[in-house]
Amino acid sequence: MIELFDTAVLSRIQFAFTISVHIIFPAFTIGLASWLAFIEGMWLKTKHPIYLEIFQFWVKIFAVTFGMGVVSGLVMVYQFGTNWAVFSDHVGNVIGPLLGFEVLTAFFLEASFLGIMLFGMNRVGPKMHFAATLFVALGTLLSAFWILSANSFMHTPQGFEIAENGILVPTNWLEILFNPSFPYRFFHMVIAAFLTTALVVSGVSAWYLLKDRYVSHARIMLVKALFAVAILIPIQIYVGDASGLNTLEHQPEKIAAMEGVWEDESPAALVLFGIPSEKTQSTNYAIKIPHLASLILTHSWDGEVKGLKNWAREDRPPVWPVFFSFRIMVGMGLLMLFTGICAMYLYFRKRLFTTKWFQRWCVLMAPAGFIAILTGWFVTEIGRQPYVVYGVLRTADMVSPVTPHEVAWSLAVFVVVYFAVFGTGIYYIFRLINKGMEVGQWQDTYGQHALKNPTTIADIFLFKSKKDK
Amino acid sequence: MFSFEEFINLPLIWAAIIAIAVYIYIILDGFDLGVGIIFPFAPSEECRRKMLNSIAPFWDGNETWLVLGGGGMFVAFPLAYSIIFPAFYIPLIVMLISLVFRGVAFEFHYKASAKRRFIWDYAFHFGSLMAAFAQGVMLGAFVQGIPMIGRDFVGTAFSWASPFSMMTGVAVVMGYALLGSSWLVMKTDSVTQKWARKVTKYAVLYVIVFMFAVSMWVPFLNQEIYAKWFAWPSFGYLVIIPVLAITISIMLIRSIINEREYQPFLLTVLLFSVSYLGLAVSMFPWMVPHTIPYWEAAGTPETQSLMLVGVVVVLPVILAYTAFNYYVFKGKTNSDDIY
Ligand code: HDD
Ligand code: HEM
Ligand code: HEM
Repeated sequence: MIELFDTAVLSRIQFAFTISVHIIFPAFTIGLASWLAFIEGMWLKTKHPIYLEIFQFWVKIFAVTFGMGVVSGLVMVYQFGTNWAVFSDHVGNVIGPLLGFEVLTAFFLEASFLGIMLFGMNRVGPKMHFAATLFVALGTLLSAFWILSANSFMHTPQGFEIAENGILVPTNWLEILFNPSFPYRFFHMVIAAFLTTALVVSGVSAWYLLKDRYVSHARIMLVKALFAVAILIPIQIYVGDASGLNTLEHQPEKIAAMEGVWEDESPAALVLFGIPSEKTQSTNYAIKIPHLASLILTHSWDGEVKGLKNWAREDRPPVWPVFFSFRIMVGMGLLMLFTGICAMYLYFRKRLFTTKWFQRWCVLMAPAGFIAILTGWFVTEIGRQPYVVYGVLRTADMVSPVTPHEVAWSLAVFVVVYFAVFGTGIYYIFRLINKGMEVGQWQDTYGQHALKNPTTIADIFLFKSKKDK
Repeated sequence: MFSFEEFINLPLIWAAIIAIAVYIYIILDGFDLGVGIIFPFAPSEECRRKMLNSIAPFWDGNETWLVLGGGGMFVAFPLAYSIIFPAFYIPLIVMLISLVFRGVAFEFHYKASAKRRFIWDYAFHFGSLMAAFAQGVMLGAFVQGIPMIGRDFVGTAFSWASPFSMMTGVAVVMGYALLGSSWLVMKTDSVTQKWARKVTKYAVLYVIVFMFAVSMWVPFLNQEIYAKWFAWPSFGYLVIIPVLAITISIMLIRSIINEREYQPFLLTVLLFSVSYLGLAVSMFPWMVPHTIPYWEAAGTPETQSLMLVGVVVVLPVILAYTAFNYYVFKGKTNSDDIY
């Protein structure tokens, strides 16, 4: 059996598995850290305990997520050496500093201030504590900045030379750092992380509303989260489109795989759905909309889209996973758009807190961000195959001189351990959500000792619905 | 493109930076891994909680030095990184998995129901133990040398395993246990402290025995190391290292007997520093021991220069806020100090 799977295939499966698990946690921590900073900022501004309670609720979930992000990330760094040794030797000089700066500017910042953020409330003043939260949030964004630059370099490499021993030698750091796909990828990913978190927050608050628990907290959170979704999702779709155009320019075969186009087409139709087949080299049972692909990708009525047959078989990415992953991601995006629009409509009609079906919908949408992020990364990374550094280095040539047995063994251990450990972690997060918040005495007087200014518009509705009852 | 190649010896500076990062890692994660190693032997649940609380705000920052060590190799010595890491595939994966377990155990301990908590307490213990052991094994295997022909690794998946590396594995476990227990003497009081004092007494004996064994064994692993330590005139300078080690050991034992609070930890750190220095001297100038010296394993000068700027600018800031973090959580830990 083992011979069927050589070191390269097993290493790829292992890397894909470990990074897919890793990305789930940072994606959530990037968003959650900013959310916590925002909530703590609101608390400092209004001094209303409701914000402190919301903060203390989410910070527990944050701690669990962050811990899992850290340990799964440590595995990533070392895997470059253990499983992709040739890659490390060839590319280390170029992307090494990007990862190095990530450690120096982001990881230390997060890790050190995390201690104060989690355990320091009674030891430092509120302002210092707020600063620590801000630093942690800043750290997560910096982390995304550097790692996405390194990743983008692997998609659109520039600013380097190839020495005679095949090693990539940097010639221009600014070109390396700000390679063509980096800005798109950075904004697309960060917005994705915010969206993901916003959907989780809105899902949790909607669930509390449905269960009639922590109603005033849930209302505040729901409104803020849904506003975030409504504002971010159009931007995300715009950035995603721009990212696609950029990919068309630099990696046209990836776009061909995403769209399931085999022959050059002009005008190109958009395949809504179909089943791409490598055997017949065509997309079967396709439901198409004429001209739409030309319109989206070239912004002209009958622009040309290149088909996969332009590339030799061994230079093409696997079509099937790219094609379907892309549709799932975009599908999630469209569902989010629907969510945002409904939320705004219901909110301004003042029915957000009473429309049960929409609250159920929000609960359903809670995992949508994670699904979109994973499938988005599948599109990006599988679409780059067979290269690991696009057009420069082939994945299969980059593996370590280790035996398939070693990799098979480690892969099996990773799968078992990850499911057990991270599965338990996710279970604990659910339990924390179920257990809910610690709510103080202030609620008895809420509404009489009214705040000078209403903290949010949600509070106004709060009065209203109380009167309604 | 800028490069400081002409002004300074970049590979040497980088070798030093990585050695220092690994050193800081050993000290910092050493004490929190050490707390994990002695964790299940504590007399009560309350003690264990105190032990966890005493390191909870720090462990993440401590582990980041490991990321810096690994990442630093990747940046500055990609060749060495790409030889050593596959050669140590199995112990590295064991270390990573162990760190996964102990890393999540911190959070899970507080989140688990009282009935299930013991699972994570064991995960914390065995994770710390195995991580320390794997690190010690790799240290031993590194000192012993990596089988190479030219630039290629020619060993097998188990080349790292040898009596010597097994012994260094146990030695590191003992060393971390001593760091951990003396840390607890410093950070806790009453029952926990009393117990930690007892552990320190045992641990220090083991550490001294192992340190002696390793020091005696290393020169006989390799001709060159032997020559370095026992030939004149280098012997004349180097003898200071064992002399210092012996002096510090005596002071350490006295401080433990006299029941000092801070001295045992500080002296343990000092003892580790001297031993580390001794090892560094033995291994100099190899990046991949006995085949590739640090200047041949070096990445491009442009890469090393850029990163050097980063380190010089950022590292002081990191050290400053790390110090601030320890300052905020100074003094004795109590058992209910969680968020
Ligand atoms: C909440 C998450 C989310 C949502 C709603 C979307 N995406 Fe996305 N997408 C990602 C999360 C994501 C991602 C996980 O963040 C990826 C993977 C790599 C990257 O940079 O972003 C990604 C990659 C990615 C790529 C690949 C870029 C490349 O490989 O070079 C394209 C073309 C798009 N996206 C386009 C879109 C479009 C047109 C969307 C409209 C609905 C969309 N994305 C919604
Ligand atoms: C930003 C940091 C990232 C870097 C530096 C990176 C780098 C790599 C490398 C080195 C490989 C192995 C070689 C290969 O098979 O192409 C790979 C493959 C892969 N990565 Fe990423 N990756 C990153 C992010 C992600 C994320 C977040 C995901 C999330 C799902 C992901 C999904 C995959 C998948 C599915 C593969 C396997 C592709 C295949 O072999 O067919 N990557 N990536
Ligand atoms: C191969 C790719 C990757 C490697 C080697 C890697 C490495 C790491 C490491 C070592 C950590 C722990 C840091 C600590 O000790 O505090 C970490 C955490 C983190 N990573 Fe990754 N990572 C990769 C992919 C990504 C991607 C694609 C993103 C997002 C865009 C990302 C964002 C983060 C963030 C925000 C954190 C800190 C928050 C947390 O721990 O949950 N990483 N990563």
